[in-house]
Amino acid sequence: MTRLLRAPVAIAAPALLAAVVAIVPLIYLFDASLSRGVDAAVREVIVSRTTILLIRTLLLTLVVTAACAIVGTINAWLVVRSSLPLRPVWLILLAMPLAIPSYLSAFAWVSWIPTMSGFLGASVVLTLASYPYVMLPVAAMLRGADPMLEDVARSLGVSAQSALVRVTLRQVAPAIWAGSLLVALYVVSDFGAVAAMRLETFTWVIYGAYRAGFNPARAATLALMLVALALLLILLERRFRTRVTQRIGAGTARSSVRRAPFTLVAPALIVALTSIGFGIGVPLVSSISWTRNGTAITDWSAVLETIMSSFWIGFLTGLATLLLALPVGILLARFKGHLANVTEGAVFVTHSLPGIVVALSVVYLGINLVRPLYQQVPLLVFGQVIIFLPLVVGAVRTSIEQSRVALEDVSRSLGVSRMATVFRVTIPLATPGIAAGGALAVLGAMKELPTTLILRPTSVETLATSIWKYSVVSDFGAVGPYAVALMFLAALPTALLSHVAVAKVAR
Amino acid sequence: MKKLKRISSRSALTIATLALPLAMIGACSSNATNTTGDTAEPAPTEAPSAVDVRGETITIYSGRSEALMSALFTQFTIDTGVKVEVRYGDSGELAALLLTEGDKSPADIYFSQDAGALGAVESAGLLSTLPADVTDAVEAKFRSTSGAWVATSGRARVLVYNPELVATPPASLDDLLDPQWKGKIGYAPSNASWQSFVTALRLTRGEDGARAWLTGLAANEPVAYEKNGVVRDAVNSGEISMGLINHYYLYELISKIGADKVVAKNHFFRDGDAGSLVNIAGVGVLASSKKSDAALVLVRYLLSVAGQSYFAGKTFEYPMIPGVIQFVSLPALAELNPPSVDLADLKTLEETQELLEEVGLLTK
Repeated sequence: MTRLLRAPVAIAAPALLAAVVAIVPLIYLFDASLSRGVDAAVREVIVSRTTILLIRTLLLTLVVTAACAIVGTINAWLVVRSSLPLRPVWLILLAMPLAIPSYLSAFAWVSWIPTMSGFLGASVVLTLASYPYVMLPVAAMLRGADPMLEDVARSLGVSAQSALVRVTLRQVAPAIWAGSLLVALYVVSDFGAVAAMRLETFTWVIYGAYRAGFNPARAATLALMLVALALLLILLERRFRTRVTQRIGAGTARSSVRRAPFTLVAPALIVALTSIGFGIGVPLVSSISWTRNGTAITDWSAVLETIMSSFWIGFLTGLATLLLALPVGILLARFKGHLANVTEGAVFVTHSLPGIVVALSVVYLGINLVRPLYQQVPLLVFGQVIIFLPLVVGAVRTSIEQSRVALEDVSRSLGVSRMATVFRVTIPLATPGIAAGGALAVLGAMKELPTTLILRPTSVETLATSIWKYSVVSDFGAVGPYAVALMFLAALPTALLSHVAVAKVAR
Repeated sequence: MKKLKRISSRSALTIATLALPLAMIGACSSNATNTTGDTAEPAPTEAPSAVDVRGETITIYSGRSEALMSALFTQFTIDTGVKVEVRYGDSGELAALLLTEGDKSPADIYFSQDAGALGAVESAGLLSTLPADVTDAVEAKFRSTSGAWVATSGRARVLVYNPELVATPPASLDDLLDPQWKGKIGYAPSNASWQSFVTALRLTRGEDGARAWLTGLAANEPVAYEKNGVVRDAVNSGEISMGLINHYYLYELISKIGADKVVAKNHFFRDGDAGSLVNIAGVGVLASSKKSDAALVLVRYLLSVAGQSYFAGKTFEYPMIPGVIQFVSLPALAELNPPSVDLADLKTLEETQELLEEVGLLTK
């Protein structure tokens, strides 16, 4: 149920601020792209090679997104609806691939099976890295879904399998769409996996234009094409996303029941075991074997120091992102309209940009406008906020959409002001989503490499930059401890994320 | 017995690799004014500039890795009193960063692993002209024609081969295209040095000539590896017969596992073709630097006997000034007969990548 209301200024103003922060890269991109004149930019767009790149990138996005939608939904269904023992543990394990950076798992895969580089390898690695973006919201929505509709279908003689597809799947479709959009935008922006797999996508060419072409103008033009692609994806999702249905009328939904026929549980279990084994098994085993084969003595105090800086930067990023995401999430969930649409577009579109583009746009802004903060932590956090804002907004929005509007109406009818209702009712009800969103940003910042490398204060090392530092000189014995430390550190917010869903699953 | 032999075969390398850094550490602990081994060179600290730069801090953007550079930078600070802040990164990415920062860059020095990136920063007008006494110390082909940057060490392209599998290595680049080598050549497609070599091929043979050679190579089905070091290991283990890499990877392996375990050998083409390319790592001072005096002290230090011996001993690269002993197994730089290309032109790397993509040698 949605109501077309004008957003109060106290919501609209900070949400607009978030939108402005999010489009900083776009301002830079237009400026850089047009620095050589419109003609040069247009020429770049119409060369035939660009078309091939576009098709390849779209194909990869399509394959990975579809695979994530399927794998994520199956895994979510298994942990919520089956009577599998230790379901909370399964959920945490299934969410763990989130803790592993794509560049690391891609490298682990190609060192294990060199022949899988290319489209296949990139698809596998990206699917394993991003299906949790679908699984977590679907699991939450599946748990909250009213089983009454399924009961009605069954009572009308529909089989269990059929009811699952025709009723339940349709109920959780909004979560599948929202998760898939994040996956699609992430695939478009990823460089780590496609670089390790040697698959030439748009990001590969953008990185090439910077690092080999020394041509920021060309890189900017290509990046703007990614933005156009992202806008298309966002509009596509908006076109197909169904509204969240809320029960109206008398009565309360009972908790969903766990009735899953064995014929469905068995194949789902195979999918789940494959996700866990390949998603976390392969990179973890590789990293541990690097550590064991390493000849150098690990300087654990250095590892500890980088753990601390990774944690600190992750924490600051999480906090800052959450502060900006909260008003946006409320706006998108409760005050649909033009303002919400524009803000949503601005926040989500930059998620398609590769890290180097976001980083250099912050460089451009920082060095010209806030020179004293250049190469300081605030500007690094600023860059990370741009990247992770959509993840957090998504989590907050879904959570608010699911909490009952009726409770807010009650609050208002009792004479509580609109803003007070937001603070006393809306936000407390959405706490799980807010916590999950914050955890996603912390997690993302811990794994993030390209932006950190460019924006960090000189000589500050995070776990990700240490992994990079040693892998460029092929010192995998030294990479190992940092990789293992990163996975374990990132496992904390991942566990928190799943715990939010687990709390519902175990209820 | 076996152990003894291994120790003796490693001793030559031990001298080459460890003695110099150790001598430096010795010099540092006694706080003497630089005594690198037996060389009687004057201390590199005394820049002709009258300005006292001790205590100043310069910012270095280094495309050369921390593993390689940090010991030398530490020693530099001890010897000269100039402190350093080093931002490590990919050479090309740092060039892109400098281009974005423009004249507001906090960097004083750009240290690149590749001449092309230096050429790109130079053409953007971001480098200042180095004093003639600095550039003149280095051979003309290893420095910018305008004096904006200068090489600090040289890296030769070689064909590393396994003598148990290949009795006589192909004499020239074109001989590599012989069908008898089908599936026997290893290379690292995403490696910057490989791509620089292809750029040199484009510069020497023209676009069509380069395309013809690359198409021929592609027909011979070369085997792609992740990195140069992996190519080297594959050649040494006999997994593949030969590989196109840089000269120093082999010596790294020898110093790591001992000469008795290394069967692979380097073949230098020496025919003036792109296969004999000697790329460089080099350095330039940013035009926007407000500490160019202190920055020049570093440039001079890198080109001093101490700096040059460090590269020769630690990375087995070619020193750029006369009188510094290069790694013992290397042919003389003068004998390599590199192609006559302006190294700054190696900046046309993007065209190279497009060509490699076109012939199917870059991606899968």
